[in-house]
Amino acid sequence: MSPAHLELRDLSVWYGSKKALDEVSFSVPRHHVLGIVGPANSGKSSLLKTINRTLEFIDHARTEGTVLLDGENVRDIPNVYSLRRRIGMVFPLPVGLPLSIYDNVAYAPRRMGIHHKPQLDALVENCLRDAVLWDEVKDRLDLLGTKLSGGQQQRLTLARALSLEPEILCLDEFSIAIDPVTTMKIEEVLMRLKERMTIILVTNLTQQARRMADAVAFINASQLVEWGPTEQLFNQPAKELTGRYLNGEFG
Amino acid sequence: MSRRTPSRGWRATLSSAADWIEKPIEALIRACGWSSIVLVAAIFCFVFWYAAPLLPKIDWLGPDGFFTSTNWHAKEREGATYGVLAMIIGNFAVAAVAMVIAIPFGLAAAVYISEFAGPRSKEWFKVGIEILAAIPSIVWGFIAITMIGPLLIKYAGATMGTNLLNGGIVLGLMSIPLIVSLAEDSLRAVPDSFREAAMALGANRWEIVYRVLFPAARSGLLAACMLGVGRAIGETMAVLLATGNKNQIPTSLTDPITTLTATIASEMGDAEAGSPHSQSLFTIGLLLLVITCAINLTANLVIRGNKRQS
Repeated sequence: MSPAHLELRDLSVWYGSKKALDEVSFSVPRHHVLGIVGPANSGKSSLLKTINRTLEFIDHARTEGTVLLDGENVRDIPNVYSLRRRIGMVFPLPVGLPLSIYDNVAYAPRRMGIHHKPQLDALVENCLRDAVLWDEVKDRLDLLGTKLSGGQQQRLTLARALSLEPEILCLDEFSIAIDPVTTMKIEEVLMRLKERMTIILVTNLTQQARRMADAVAFINASQLVEWGPTEQLFNQPAKELTGRYLNGEFG
Repeated sequence: MSRRTPSRGWRATLSSAADWIEKPIEALIRACGWSSIVLVAAIFCFVFWYAAPLLPKIDWLGPDGFFTSTNWHAKEREGATYGVLAMIIGNFAVAAVAMVIAIPFGLAAAVYISEFAGPRSKEWFKVGIEILAAIPSIVWGFIAITMIGPLLIKYAGATMGTNLLNGGIVLGLMSIPLIVSLAEDSLRAVPDSFREAAMALGANRWEIVYRVLFPAARSGLLAACMLGVGRAIGETMAVLLATGNKNQIPTSLTDPITTLTATIASEMGDAEAGSPHSQSLFTIGLLLLVITCAINLTANLVIRGNKRQS
């Protein structure tokens, strides 16, 4: 197995005195897709927020344990903004920033110093194509991102995350506001993007995890119940709870 | 079927009782809503009524005209002139100085309180702002005369402590709490998901404020500034004490001036009811009403225009 691209060691998260994540450990090799499944409120989103350190933004939130990115503790990375640019993040509820569609996607590249208009145009188009949004918005790139429908904004968020050319793409319930056909299209795109980046896919749809993930981690009530190769987890789970969840018996 | 029938009957009684109480409540609420419009109209009528006898006699645009001269000799029994040009200019000048001070300070303070201050210090700042807003304007007048005035004589080379700059500073200080609390409200109303999304893109805190929060909260921030302007134009007591109350067009920041509001406040006591003098003061009041209404309407249009755009 190649060295881990992302590794969590005994990661715990507290909000005040409430424990949201309890000593979770797993690792993801480069160019793999890790599916994280589990019921709502089990700590999956908090986990993602520790990776790009946006959890630090929340008052009363506290973490313990380590997150290693290429073997480097993310907490030791001096420039938190450069860390965040290495990690693309797609949130469960779409957030179109109050900028035009074009500027939403061009925001991060501009910050990295790309101002050459043709280059920027091409980049924006590529990202929007990857997010299966280009055909719907190509004639109105000046429209405010917040004016798009929920599903379109979600794909805009994906395009924006891709504009960073991230090494790790974290998707938090990306298909929640998207119709099944578009979801399938995006899944295809993600399978292609795998060659360029490692993908962490938090999802409530166990079948989506099964379709896409190389390995699956099952988190329940703040704890990592089981983690392993996808087919193994679905066919021969070590824990009874895992089997019951993946078969849709609770959740 | 048998289960539905009783519940239906129960609902029917409930809704008829609710209907019965609904009507008077609706009427009451409607009356409250309409009263705001009726009151504004009534105030306009009232001020107009008291100014009306003089209006046909006033020279509006001539050499001693209302809008075109600075000759304010309203007390004279014979040959009174009613030029308020200096007061209009003074009013706008002092409001402009106030806004130059209050808008940058107010917005910056709002950004600090809403985005940078810790949760506990945030509460303290808010309490402080509220207390600042509650200081009576006459107290600001004292501060202007006893503290700011001497400082201006010492450091700004003013011959009189009470002048345009003094009035501007005091009005600015008075408008800051209003701007801060409104601007802070509208910044806080921007959902955290916007901040998180920008942060996830690697934006630093200043970029989040400038690129995300300001556009998202734009209409609220504009409203805050406009209300600050409104307050600065309409304020009376502090301005009366701070500006020196001299009827002249200012040529520098340290010139004493007077304003429309200050003139009314200082002369109303001497004016005999129903006299041309009193009527001329009501004419100024009418002008003030028109100005503040115009500012509020512009603010509304600007805000609505922005909303349609976003």
